[in-house]
Amino acid sequence: MRVQPVVTLLLVLGAAIVLLPFFWMISVSLKPADEIFTPHVDLLPSRLEWSNYARAFTEVPLARFLLNGVIVCAGILVLQILFTVPCAFALAQRRFPGRTLVFGMVLAGLLVPFHVTAIPIFLALARLKLLNGYAALILPFAASVFGMFLFRQFFARLPADLIDAARVDGLSWTAIVWRIAFPLALPAATAFAIFSITAHWNDLFWPLIATSDPAIATPPRGILYFRDQEAGDDVGPLMAAAVVVTAPLVIGFLLAQGAFVRSIATGGLRA
Amino acid sequence: MIELRNVRRRFGRADVLHGISLTIAEGSFTSLLGPSGCGKSTTLRIMAGLDRPSAGQVLMGGRDVSELTPAERNVAMVFQSYALYPHLTVRQNIALPLAMRHMTRLERLPLLSGLMPSARRKRADIARRVEDVARMLGITDLLERKPGQLSGGQQQRAAVGRALVRDPALFLLDEPLSNLDAALRVQMREELTALHRRTGRSFVYVTHDQAEAMSMSDRVVVMMGGRIVQQGAPRTLYDEPASIEVARFIGSHRINLIEVRIENGRLVGPFAHLGVSGSGLPARAVLGLRPEHLRPARGGPVAARLEKAEYLGAETLLHLRLPDGARLRAVAPGSYVPPPEGDGVELEVAPGQAHLFESEGGQRLRVALQRAA
Repeated sequence: MRVQPVVTLLLVLGAAIVLLPFFWMISVSLKPADEIFTPHVDLLPSRLEWSNYARAFTEVPLARFLLNGVIVCAGILVLQILFTVPCAFALAQRRFPGRTLVFGMVLAGLLVPFHVTAIPIFLALARLKLLNGYAALILPFAASVFGMFLFRQFFARLPADLIDAARVDGLSWTAIVWRIAFPLALPAATAFAIFSITAHWNDLFWPLIATSDPAIATPPRGILYFRDQEAGDDVGPLMAAAVVVTAPLVIGFLLAQGAFVRSIATGGLRA
Repeated sequence: MIELRNVRRRFGRADVLHGISLTIAEGSFTSLLGPSGCGKSTTLRIMAGLDRPSAGQVLMGGRDVSELTPAERNVAMVFQSYALYPHLTVRQNIALPLAMRHMTRLERLPLLSGLMPSARRKRADIARRVEDVARMLGITDLLERKPGQLSGGQQQRAAVGRALVRDPALFLLDEPLSNLDAALRVQMREELTALHRRTGRSFVYVTHDQAEAMSMSDRVVVMMGGRIVQQGAPRTLYDEPASIEVARFIGSHRINLIEVRIENGRLVGPFAHLGVSGSGLPARAVLGLRPEHLRPARGGPVAARLEKAEYLGAETLLHLRLPDGARLRAVAPGSYVPPPEGDGVELEVAPGQAHLFESEGGQRLRVALQRAA
């Protein structure tokens, strides 16, 4: 009977541990420069130093980084959906020789971390003279085995009658994929979009390798430019920039929280 | 209209259809009737073009259509699960086949179509036809709803609407009523036959319910184990079942099947009043008697003992036992007052309503039964 308060306490403790870095980040982003490095810990700033935010946008082209982030994430997501959905549909609903083998390869692909293929992809992009551009940031992620797996599991549960009805109604296989299957897979697509956007918005590894031009730097890559300058002075604006970069994902998630949880529970990962 | 010539279908190693040859007449209402797994749905899917025969031909209007898609054959289909598109409204569901048929890829693009005069004209045309069909089926109020918000019967109507809207040459219906409750099923039966009369198109109706097949169709094709075992008008199937299997399947009361011996042109035992004439009579046979043809009649030639009487209002179902221990069911009118259970009942049966089948193989014996002298 006394379990409930204990569980609540543990959850609160867990939440506090997870939230502490965020809290610290926001706190530092609002501290005056002389309060950041002190021998004792002050959780709250003595006065709010909003100029850190202004300097974050002026010392480096932060707005440009954010725009780059949007372009790269949108480009990746559009291409991923474009390639992944028809492929997943074929794997789930069409019978062709080697289907099991192809699906097996997709599953195997899930086990390979991106870092293993990073160097071959880097070399290929170098040969194609595509490095240091949006193409270098987008193309390597155009096909997602995770997306194929996610959508395949969803499409496999579509009623056969529905597909037959669409064929009788004169829909081509392409039309069935985009007019019938994809709209019905919207819960799975939402979950997939959140995973994809979070992963690529936050990705530092690949932009660091594939690009050096600040004009196409993504947000996490851009934050590094603070470090390159005289480090000590700029921690305030650095943290302000970190807040600005993190905010869209946090706000987006809070807004879509209900839909996200629902999609995972009903359509997405519960295969 | 549509003709199957020696159509076979195998899935892996299993033969599902063993050479189906069948002609559906123009404007007819044909039922494919059989127990589940008899191949009736596969036959329908082959007619639709959703499945291809492993061997044999499918012809429509005398032309081989084996390579044509369902849309090119201009067939419409209603599914047991209705198979409405859950993300579209009823209006969009009904309009989709027309849009796919009459509009070009370019005209179907959501943004561009507003700018193209041809697309706007076609859209208006489609909207009008959707309205017409909705009015005909009485679902005008439901057009803006999604399938999830409809009852079973309303979904059924929407599915029929989607089939009806493009004026197909052939309607294929795959157990469309089996998900409805009993009262609605009877009502939809009437609506479907009315629809058939109004459109004048050929209907092919798959069902495992003999009452549906008998009441709606002008021709019934009975299938069992991937073969056609008998086809004909409902009356023919009832009056002259070609085999024990068909006799057992047709009729709302299960037929009585009694092993009998034949000696000197007459049956031995409780049915000795029935004489058999014909050449090459076997010594043993199975006598088929429908319960509704066994009537209690004082002084009747068949004597049995009443085990149980079930009063159903319009009729009373009598469970009887013959002197040799065989069970027998008979149907009496509701006004009949049965004797106490355990007492004797005398029954009468008209020779013309009795059937004789081979005891091996179960085929109908082509012999005449008459009252023995």
